Amino acid sequence: MRLTVDHMTRYLYDRPVRSVVQSHRLTPSAFAGQKVVDWEVTVSGGLRGATHRDGAGDQVQGWTIAGPVTSVEVRVRGTVETTDLAGVLRGHRETVAPEVYLRDTTPTRADVALETLARSVEAPDVLALAHALSAAVSDAIAYRPGVTHAHTTAAEALALAEGVCQDHAHALIAVARVRNIPARYVSGYLFADADGNAHEAAHAWAELFVPTLGWVGFDPANRSCPDERYIRLGSGFDAQDAAPIRGIARGGAKEEMDVTVAVLAAQQ
Amino acid sequence: MAQFNEMYQGTEVRAPYGRLQDWVAAMPQELRSLKQAEAEALFRRIGITFAVYGEGGDPDRLIPFDMFPRVFAAAEWARLEKGIKQRARALNAFLVDVYGRGEIIRAGRIPGRLVYQNEAYEKAVVGFVPPKGVYSHIVGIDIVRTGPDQFYVLEDNCRTPSGVSYMLESREIMMRMFPVLFRENRIEPVDGYSEKLRRTLASVAPKKCKGEPTVVILTPGHFNSAYYEHSLLADLMGVELVEGQDLFVDGEYCYMRTTEGPRRVDVIYRRIDDAYLDPLCFRPDSMLGIPGLMDVYRSGGVTICSAPGAGVADDKAIYTYVPDMVRFYLGEEPILQNVPTWQCGKTEDLAYVLEKLPELVVKEVHGSGGYGMLVGPKSSREEVERFRAKIVEDPGNYIAQPTLALSTVPTFVEEGVAPRHVDLRPYCLVGDRIELVPGGLTRVALKEGSLVVNSSQGGGVKDTWVLAE
Repeated sequence: MRLTVDHMTRYLYDRPVRSVVQSHRLTPSAFAGQKVVDWEVTVSGGLRGATHRDGAGDQVQGWTIAGPVTSVEVRVRGTVETTDLAGVLRGHRETVAPEVYLRDTTPTRADVALETLARSVEAPDVLALAHALSAAVSDAIAYRPGVTHAHTTAAEALALAEGVCQDHAHALIAVARVRNIPARYVSGYLFADADGNAHEAAHAWAELFVPTLGWVGFDPANRSCPDERYIRLGSGFDAQDAAPIRGIARGGAKEEMDVTVAVLAAQQ
Repeated sequence: MAQFNEMYQGTEVRAPYGRLQDWVAAMPQELRSLKQAEAEALFRRIGITFAVYGEGGDPDRLIPFDMFPRVFAAAEWARLEKGIKQRARALNAFLVDVYGRGEIIRAGRIPGRLVYQNEAYEKAVVGFVPPKGVYSHIVGIDIVRTGPDQFYVLEDNCRTPSGVSYMLESREIMMRMFPVLFRENRIEPVDGYSEKLRRTLASVAPKKCKGEPTVVILTPGHFNSAYYEHSLLADLMGVELVEGQDLFVDGEYCYMRTTEGPRRVDVIYRRIDDAYLDPLCFRPDSMLGIPGLMDVYRSGGVTICSAPGAGVADDKAIYTYVPDMVRFYLGEEPILQNVPTWQCGKTEDLAYVLEKLPELVVKEVHGSGGYGMLVGPKSSREEVERFRAKIVEDPGNYIAQPTLALSTVPTFVEEGVAPRHVDLRPYCLVGDRIELVPGGLTRVALKEGSLVVNSSQGGGVKDTWVLAE
């Protein structure tokens, strides 16, 4: 499938800031399931900084914006050719040992309820267990925007029984780690088709490590594994660690953020 | 328990201390009090009032200085030096390995869990090899002695070991107060440390740096307990002492604000923890760090010393495996021994520890500074039982060691001169070569019989002499 992305993030400051520094994970991952046709990231007034591929295989790009500025626009445009690999992250070069992803963080820490949920399913092998855990999370947390926020933890989302893709991913990571399956947070894009289901174009899901297959994606928010509708950008322990854009402004102004994302199937 | 006295063997004086016998005998009580007061005044005047890193406590408290020096013969030091350098090489080889292919884990020599799930293991630097393959540029190795030839490593400090200013100032003050001692004894100088440190830091400048590297010391600020040391080292090396707000990232490099405009920085000797280095990579609420620094670092625009992630090598659970690292990476037998250590997280070790608890020293895996530890033989039954409950609750959080008969060195006390227990922290420098100044920080437990040398627990410091051949 050929997907085009137009993703604009606008940061607005209530007074001029001296400078802005950002770190981006905005480049599609290099693996067998996706091939970049063209891809461009622009930052208004930005100076392109250092770039490197980190141990998890993500392309990380630094940017600095010299002030004074009252707004910064980050625009991502590109086209990616995707293939359905049933969630398997085949051919992805990375060096971080999977065991590293057994460590929990604040949003992915399991409380008693998450532990109980994690132990509520049984399966003959790791892959089946991973599917069962993902289904359990889908059942336990209904998709509903607006009830949770950026800092909601997996435990809080489970208690609410509602949340968005970030909460589903955090919860799946938490229950997977309880069952000793390395798990991580993945950020990317999702092509919103016309089937009437709720979708988030700037999307997030989880990957679980299955010894026989390697990393496998699970998207409990959509009860599926990533297929040709997904574009993968980067990963981390949790949403903050995997964030496509991390930034900070010097100058102590109040920041507002405005995001628009369009993911479309390209015309053949 | 037989304790090795570094000066006296019965009534005999051991050779390195030969000349100190007359010195102390010829010092009347009044002169001693006078000199002690003078030493304290000197320490106060220069403002050296910090606690050794991680020990907490009142940062403005003066650490007691004891005028009786601790002395090593040339031959004793030669062996120590070999052992320290060997250990520093192995620790750095380990760090490069665990952020690379992890051969030591694949070979089954160290459990992956201890490394990969360790809080000090930084995912952000996996796959990155710092310049010259060095992660820990200043390795502080805490050593105790139990006999003429018996030395044990208590712990390794691979992040930012402090206390070296005490080594430098103790020497300075001793030379000022007792110049005759330095004429009578051939004592190796330690004042070359700052130049060696500067050279070490400059030697790991990133490839992108052309010409003479600009080195800075990054301090969390004047409220930090080791701020004096940060400023002293900056002064001695002739480099800038900066705080996070003095540095900024622009494009592919890191710069320092100066009155003549921005100046590119090549090497940062940081005295702040990994978590605070860069809010875009680690803790987003850090006000001490430099946004974007890690992206510059990872792409080879600046060197950070010690390298982020170095802490995984000095964890107390990893410590047990350092002798294996020496064998695995260097193909050598370790010169310095570890203290035998039981991991309470292992079932069989735990059973032994609980049985022998009143005889053992028990420490928290991530603790430091002599807090949260049990010295069995020095504790009441109640204290032992209270600690037993803590261990049972979370065994993986504790390690246990036998109570070592630490060596003693004569020390000035209220009643005159008496033996007190000591340890030693030498500072090994690792860059394009490995260097060690002859000496280190000798800490002394001033309380009679006490084995805890931490300044927060009533410890003091001594000048440490290494005699020339």
